[in-house]
Amino acid sequence: MTTSGSKMAAPHATTGRRSAQTRRAFITVLGWSIALMIFFPIFWMILTGFKTETVAIADPTLIFSPTLENYQAVQERSGYTRFALNSVAVAFGSTFLALLIAIPCAYAMAFLPTKRTKGTLLWMLSTKMLPSVGVLVPIYLIFRDVGLLDTRTGLILIYTLMNLPIVVWMLYTFFKDMPKDILEAARMDGASKLQEIFFLLLPLTLPGIASTGLLSVILSWNEAFWSLNLTTSNAAPLTAYIASFSSPEGLFWAKLSAASTMAIAPILILGWMTQKQMVRGLTFGAVK
Amino acid sequence: MNKPCASGRTVGGLRTLSLQAPAVTLLLLWMIVPLGMTLWFSFQRYNLLMPGVTGFAGLENYQYLVTDPALWTAMGNTLLLVGWVLAITVIGGTLLAVLFQQDFAGRGIARVLAISPFFVMPTVSALVWKNMMMHPSNGVLAWLFESVGLPAVDWFSSLPLTSIVIIVAWQWLPFALLILLTAMQSLDEDQVEAARMDGAGPVAIFFFITLPHLKRAISVVIMIEMIFLLTIFAEIFVTTSGGPGLATTNLAYLIYIRALLDFDVGTASAGGVIAIILANVVAIFLVRMVAKNLED
Repeated sequence: MTTSGSKMAAPHATTGRRSAQTRRAFITVLGWSIALMIFFPIFWMILTGFKTETVAIADPTLIFSPTLENYQAVQERSGYTRFALNSVAVAFGSTFLALLIAIPCAYAMAFLPTKRTKGTLLWMLSTKMLPSVGVLVPIYLIFRDVGLLDTRTGLILIYTLMNLPIVVWMLYTFFKDMPKDILEAARMDGASKLQEIFFLLLPLTLPGIASTGLLSVILSWNEAFWSLNLTTSNAAPLTAYIASFSSPEGLFWAKLSAASTMAIAPILILGWMTQKQMVRGLTFGAVK
Repeated sequence: MNKPCASGRTVGGLRTLSLQAPAVTLLLLWMIVPLGMTLWFSFQRYNLLMPGVTGFAGLENYQYLVTDPALWTAMGNTLLLVGWVLAITVIGGTLLAVLFQQDFAGRGIARVLAISPFFVMPTVSALVWKNMMMHPSNGVLAWLFESVGLPAVDWFSSLPLTSIVIIVAWQWLPFALLILLTAMQSLDEDQVEAARMDGAGPVAIFFFITLPHLKRAISVVIMIEMIFLLTIFAEIFVTTSGGPGLATTNLAYLIYIRALLDFDVGTASAGGVIAIILANVVAIFLVRMVAKNLED
């Protein structure tokens, strides 16, 4: 650029400020319109959950007398709680297991690295690249033969393995950020490995472990390939339950909306809370 | 597995090994066993409905698969789906990241609203769009179109693949936005300010400063999305079941049809092997990029 700032000095201060104000107003309107447009289907779903079935399929309206009958009906007719409990058991069960297995592993990788650590980490990442559909047939057959089809245990097992690489990676990046001196000092004082993990590492990295756990819960809760293919009724989590609304005779929009609202609310809130840490986990530390 | 022998020589190495062993062993089993079985089945005559027909099939399953027009339709649909969703989410996500980086009133809340669809489970997204948004007579879109005098569109019968693209893009645009917004935060404001002083307009700043800065984050978004988008399943399962005809059948859904509806384990496995190979082509690039990142 050869104009060397003369352009910037020229405009009068007042017009400059006015145009900045117009620009700001424009950006505010644009930003909010786009955000609301993107959010609209969720908003509409929450709203429809409080309508009667008749109002739900009538012309779109914001004015109606809200009802809780759908929430009641969803529980009474299909036993919403049962599916929700399956989701809770599967999401938290698999997260607990994954953390239990991953914490020692990530600890070793972060604090006792060997030449092979990097290779192992990358190999773990590569197992995540295996498309589920590629191994659908063997997993289905194994599950059928050992009686794991349509069981919570089966889903917990799958989700633990599915999330293990992400959990190890995320914990590894959190552990790496921890100052080594503290652990060094504890070791000098004669702390054993386990004491070191339990009394120092875990308390100090608790926020990191918590957000790793949350990401794992979110991913398991929303998983809809294995849950649709490996469960039928007993162990069906919410993803599979909501899918049952897809049959033509089951087109009750208000009930679908009520059930959906309950199914996504907890995860939406968790997601809002942990968005920053999620980026770390979802990109394997490549974007911080 | 030459890992144990190499690091097991020292005490520290042994400790490292025992701490890592459970995770490594489980993942190794999780990878090798199903992969080996898929590969094995793909060379076998194996149909659950025809228990009498067994034995080595050689390349028969693959031959059957590649001469089946359904495979090529499914591959075409997979590519269209991945391509369109990537284009929409990456371009849209980049522009939105720039927008939501600007300072405006209530920006925090607007951001949260805009990334929300990513946290909605796929079956909910798909059904909400199919019923409440895209329904040909009672949907919000039909109502909108009619109120401006346009004919309502019967989305899932006249534009089936487009409908799926819209739903999937709605779910993944927030992902791209979330990642790119995070990457934007490390953009050097002084550099932008200096460029502005030199008389660079917003467009020039975007193309010469912002975009190069986001380059790595954008490629990470592209690769991660590709891995997930190659095997989109639930959205198709609850809306179109692959139809009408094969119009929305992608590779993942075709394998599902062959495996769990036709019970043709051999052909389904051959399809699975193809899906794995496709995903791995993408994965190699991603792993390499992450590896480079691990160094610094």
